[in-house]
Amino acid sequence: MSRLQVVSGKGGTGKTTVAAALALALATEGKRTLLVEVEGRQGIAQLFETETLPYEERKIAVAPGGGEVYALAIDPELALLDYLQMFYKLGGAGRALKKLGAIDFATTVAPGLRDVLLTGKACEAVRRKDKSGRFVYDYVVMDAPPTGRITRFLNVNDEVAGLAKIGPIHNQAQAVMRVLKSPETEVHLVTLLEEMPVQETADGIAELRAARLPVGRIIVNMVRPEVLDAAELDLVRAVPRTAVAQSLSAAGLGGARRGGNAGKLVDPLLAQAEEYAARYALEHDQRAVLGTLDLPLHELPLLAEGMDLAGLYELATELRKQGMS
Amino acid sequence: MSQDQGRDGGRRLSSARVLDVDPLLDDPETRIVVCCGSGGVGKTTTAAALGLRAAERGRRVVVLTIDPARRLAQSMGIDSLDNTPRRVKDVDGDGELHAMMLDMKRTFDEIVEAHADRERAAAILNNPFYQSLSAGFAGTQEYMAMEKLGQLRAQHDWDLIVVDTPPSRSALDFLDAPKRLGSFLDGKLIRLLTAPAKLGGRAGMKFLNVGMSMMTGTLGKLLGGQLLKDIQTFIAAMDTTFGGFRTRADATYKLLQAPGTAFLVVAAPERDALREAAYFVERLAAEDMPLAGLVLNRVHGSGAARLSAERALAAAENLEESRIVDQVGGKAGLRNSPDTYGSSESSGTGSPGSRAAARDEGSPAATDDERPADKRPDDEPSVDRLTAGLLRLHADRMRLLSREQRTRDRFTARHPEVAVAEVAALPGDVHDLAGLRDIGNRLAAGRPELPETTV
Repeated sequence: MSRLQVVSGKGGTGKTTVAAALALALATEGKRTLLVEVEGRQGIAQLFETETLPYEERKIAVAPGGGEVYALAIDPELALLDYLQMFYKLGGAGRALKKLGAIDFATTVAPGLRDVLLTGKACEAVRRKDKSGRFVYDYVVMDAPPTGRITRFLNVNDEVAGLAKIGPIHNQAQAVMRVLKSPETEVHLVTLLEEMPVQETADGIAELRAARLPVGRIIVNMVRPEVLDAAELDLVRAVPRTAVAQSLSAAGLGGARRGGNAGKLVDPLLAQAEEYAARYALEHDQRAVLGTLDLPLHELPLLAEGMDLAGLYELATELRKQGMS
Repeated sequence: MSQDQGRDGGRRLSSARVLDVDPLLDDPETRIVVCCGSGGVGKTTTAAALGLRAAERGRRVVVLTIDPARRLAQSMGIDSLDNTPRRVKDVDGDGELHAMMLDMKRTFDEIVEAHADRERAAAILNNPFYQSLSAGFAGTQEYMAMEKLGQLRAQHDWDLIVVDTPPSRSALDFLDAPKRLGSFLDGKLIRLLTAPAKLGGRAGMKFLNVGMSMMTGTLGKLLGGQLLKDIQTFIAAMDTTFGGFRTRADATYKLLQAPGTAFLVVAAPERDALREAAYFVERLAAEDMPLAGLVLNRVHGSGAARLSAERALAAAENLEESRIVDQVGGKAGLRNSPDTYGSSESSGTGSPGSRAAARDEGSPAATDDERPADKRPDDEPSVDRLTAGLLRLHADRMRLLSREQRTRDRFTARHPEVAVAEVAALPGDVHDLAGLRDIGNRLAAGRPELPETTV
């Protein structure tokens, strides 16, 4: 696995959850991962059920086997000051810039510059080494912007390098692009088995490939369990209603005759099965579309009880089982 | 709601007001409807469905979308939307529906062309910093959406403008962006950056303070001389042509607060989406923006809501136990999907239904009874097995209902004043006008239509 794992996906597909599960999955056997949040939504804190994360790297979970997950919610304004200090030794001038509203401009009005900081900070964490020359983090997992913006987000440094043709910003931008376009990086896309997210995934992959960014895997999230198989669904269309009513009655749900309690259940239950059949067919088609994209495909189950910390560990185990670690 | 009273399982606690969209869409005083909410909740589809419904009820409507899926544009019979409103064909009734997609760069260019003489406009349009700013920066997208809204409103061609909001990192961004851009263009930084270019030499010195020389030095060092010059030229040009930028941002903001505007917060019955919706409701109130209500998409219902998940599961187990003999080991094989890495069940985290199935298959009773398959082969399901499946499906549905209801109740407890329209979940996506119309009908019904049954 590459050291920088970028997780994107259409809004609502659960990319933050998948990124967090991946960070846990990668933190096996004493490994240390950093989970980076770039959109300021505090989704990581909510997932790990901790208080709001400050702008600092902080341990938020221990993985089975002794690995550690650190989290960092990047605050663009602080990141900029940090950055100016770290790379350009501009401490006092940074404060002056802040007073003038330049920091505010850079981080809010012009999110292009904000993206420079966010990608730059992540790449810095990837490259950082401790005194003994070992990487501080074995893996960095980024909960990245949605599919529609991911290519532009990752490519922003190319644009910057084109704008600032010389100087430290130019050099820094190029250094970041070298990491992002190398095998050190993998961009994963999270999707659901629904038309629009699958379409967006296909479009996103095409864009990433066109920009020569390394595409990793497709992760299908919230896959519903199969309750009725194809043969059973065929039977749904053919089965006599009275037979189902008798069967329901035999199961202890009341009278089978028309108007009996079991009898009244037949129509709504078959209607639900029809809905299920429609979705089943649709999911089958979408799986086929994903299959044509020529990338490793993973599936994570829909958690019946909704998402919580225990569920997150379950998803991490699932990812590990599927070889994503 | 009275129709919910006495209904069992999941749907009885709705105390929220029902949002009635038709009076809102019909009211000639309603001139702007803004759909906002977090990503992936069906915002754009909702905007399109509302626009169609209003048009078919006789209004002259334009829908301004920000980033529609191709499929949605196609569902309106338009291959690709652009920066000009295009009329949608096959709309019933006397009204009209037009649709457009915000082209950020085009809108920005139009402003420049409208406010600068030709020579100056060309200088701005060719400036590399401008080209990057106008095409790429997400903050300008929010601003340009508001700018376009202002333009459409000023044209007086439309009875009603339905606006979809940009897919922001957070739904709140688009309220802030115009203000930020306005205050930036009005602020110290811009005066600082424009001072050398505009005034030059000694005249500029008046403006300088102690920090100034350090500043330009810093910026020059940081950005490189050429970029700094590009930015300065750009801002100087912008400053003289866009004198009223701040005024325009303020005007757009006021437009959003005006009585003719209605905000609809769009969400799905999921924790994150509703949390975001709650923030938005609070924020709109703080800004005096008129909230019409919440559109809750993808709500599930059941025609057999009186049969609880527990009873359905127990009944399914009854059926399976009575014929467990030829059932052993059959299902697991059938359920795996071969072309993927993992089956959804192998983790044991599937539905309660699949968990129960796994337990049954692994229980000693089941293995003790195992015999050669001398009966029905597994690929020929019996009615009992099908019925058990129907019951498990129902149990899953009921758990989903109660989870959605819990999430919704949390929102209602926090904001009982917000009227809610529920839109029943569809099995697939919208492909045509009929699909949009269907969503409009569901929206107007206010809540999923569920056939009543009693058990």
